[in-house]
Amino acid sequence: MTRAVTAQGVSKVYRRFLHKNQLKTLKSALVSRSLIRDLRPDQTFTALHDVSFEVPRGTTFGVIGENGSGKSTLLKLLAGITRPTTGSIRVEGRISALIELGAGFHPEISGRENVAINGIMLGLSRREIERRFDEIVEFAELRPFIDAPVKTYSSGMYARLGFAVAIHVDPEVLLIDEVLAVGDESFTRKCLDKIGEFRRRGKTVLIVTHSLSLVDQMCDDVLWLRKGAVADRGDPRRVVDAYLTYVAGGEEALLRGRSGAAPAEAGAGYREGRWGGREVEITGVRLLDDRGQERHVFVPGEPLTVALSVRAPREVDDFVFGVGLFTADGVNVYGTNTHLEEHRARRFVGEGEVRFVVEDLRLVEGTYLLDVAAHRKDGTPYDYHRGRHSFRVKSRVKDVGSYRPAHHWEFLGGIDLQRPQARPELDLHDLDEDAGG
Amino acid sequence: MLAQLRTLFRYRLLIQSLVSRELKARYRGSVLGFFWSFINPLLQLLTYGLVFTVILPVHHSPEMEPYLLFFFCGILPWTWFQSSLTESSGVLIASGNLLKKVLFPAEVLPVVSVLSNLAHFLLGLPVLLVFLAATGRLSWSLVLLPLPLLVQLVLTLGLALLVACLTVHFRDIQNILGHLLHLWFFASPVLYYYGAVTGRARTLLRLNPMSHVLVSYQEILFQGRFQHGRGLALTAVAAALAFALGAFLFDRLRDTLPEEV
Repeated sequence: MTRAVTAQGVSKVYRRFLHKNQLKTLKSALVSRSLIRDLRPDQTFTALHDVSFEVPRGTTFGVIGENGSGKSTLLKLLAGITRPTTGSIRVEGRISALIELGAGFHPEISGRENVAINGIMLGLSRREIERRFDEIVEFAELRPFIDAPVKTYSSGMYARLGFAVAIHVDPEVLLIDEVLAVGDESFTRKCLDKIGEFRRRGKTVLIVTHSLSLVDQMCDDVLWLRKGAVADRGDPRRVVDAYLTYVAGGEEALLRGRSGAAPAEAGAGYREGRWGGREVEITGVRLLDDRGQERHVFVPGEPLTVALSVRAPREVDDFVFGVGLFTADGVNVYGTNTHLEEHRARRFVGEGEVRFVVEDLRLVEGTYLLDVAAHRKDGTPYDYHRGRHSFRVKSRVKDVGSYRPAHHWEFLGGIDLQRPQARPELDLHDLDEDAGG
Repeated sequence: MLAQLRTLFRYRLLIQSLVSRELKARYRGSVLGFFWSFINPLLQLLTYGLVFTVILPVHHSPEMEPYLLFFFCGILPWTWFQSSLTESSGVLIASGNLLKKVLFPAEVLPVVSVLSNLAHFLLGLPVLLVFLAATGRLSWSLVLLPLPLLVQLVLTLGLALLVACLTVHFRDIQNILGHLLHLWFFASPVLYYYGAVTGRARTLLRLNPMSHVLVSYQEILFQGRFQHGRGLALTAVAAALAFALGAFLFDRLRDTLPEEV
């Protein structure tokens, strides 16, 4: 596959004190084209450290990370606005960067003239601008105002015009920096549609965003930056999950194991933990799909198996296995155990596996926490895992709540609705959970 | 330097539209609008005329009579020079957003400053020509006008690039530049006649490239003859060197600009 973007060992170092070393840095800039060569390490700040990745042509690539993790620096480097201190960046084809919409607009002159000049700035010829002018104005929904000076525009109108021009440059590679936060719902929708159209036409899109749902929805591949370095790279769901876990629980949580800790979004009344006398010990918990593959993301309607590896060093005859399901904010969705369902315990010693098989996962999109337990009939715990395991449900339907009963709609009489196009849920079977991890 | 020229040529469409935007935006919203390009030099002339013929009536050598017209021939190109440099010193910082958020060729900005001020100069020129014609001073030497103009353009571009990129690193330049230009104005033969200066001041005047440019204008426009060809030719070399230096320095500092503005 051909690459649209290649970054190799890219680092970016900024000066920390802006004016103290003015002369020295000017001198080193003149001699070696570098502002920071002659500065000591404590006078510099490394915004990106040895970042390498490539983006295949035609894919959508997301960059996530906390504030200050180097996302915007990376985007500026890719756009060619600043140069890497070390390493190299190659971008194939025309690039358009939506970093700040309408950055080149002049407030005193009309929208029409600004479109022309902005288009030229972004690399269009005069003829190309003329040809696309109507389309741009139509897209920005600014037909009645196009001859008014831009200073009279609202910030939304300003951004709309900026986006419209930038997107109509028709680049091979589109860089987007969190710009979809502007404008109202319908315009954001429109922008997303336009970006979607872009992707369908086989163009490459790079998105820097805090909107994890956007990443989930659009990206084929995600890079997670942490303190200027690559923390993880790979499948969006997995990386976003890891990122969420990290953000919620900090680094230790991450180190404890990807499948282990639960996001600490859990409400105050719901604390994760583990307790019990370990007469029966739960040594492992795995979430399996219908092919027996371990997974942490499921779609509604598919089966899910909670497999508990259990061990009883000494023979026990009073034991109950239980499972509880909670939403991320600690609301109990479902709970059951072998005793409630009248399985009578007889005898257990040595190793074993308990499988709780959900034939049809009827949950809406979200993160769910899992309690698993082994205890006595009277409730005395042997081994109780509270909120230590989690999984995500991902769905194309953005319904709300937690439980999705099997349902359909019927309309009788004079009600006419167009049925939605059948959109099957995603097939997550071929997800490679370990890719790039 | 050639690379620099190539870049500028590549961005000619951008430069062209930015210059016309600059011209459009400058007078947008004013009542007289475009006419300000003609009125500005007239008012400037009126001010100096008031000072030097009414308030401080000095005796002028016959080469400078009528004095106001002589002065007009010098102040018009000087204004182009001075406003270009003043604007260039602030233009990168003022357009910081452009440099930081858009892939934008920074050298275009000072060039646009110089060229839009050139446009103002060219718009003021007809006013001068009308006066010259009225006093019967219009002569064939006018066809040589592009010579000093070209030399001044190259010189101004070089200095504008220099000032623009250095100001980003040393904001102090913005403050000091006004005073320097003021001093430079008095050290250039605009208010007085070049030939009348003697002694050490003469040497200084000769080392000032703007002297030769201004003298050329005065000869071509006011005196209807052109004898300063050698001086202008040497100045052309100096202007080319200034441009090379400005372009080199700008190129060296280019990468630092988005981080510093």
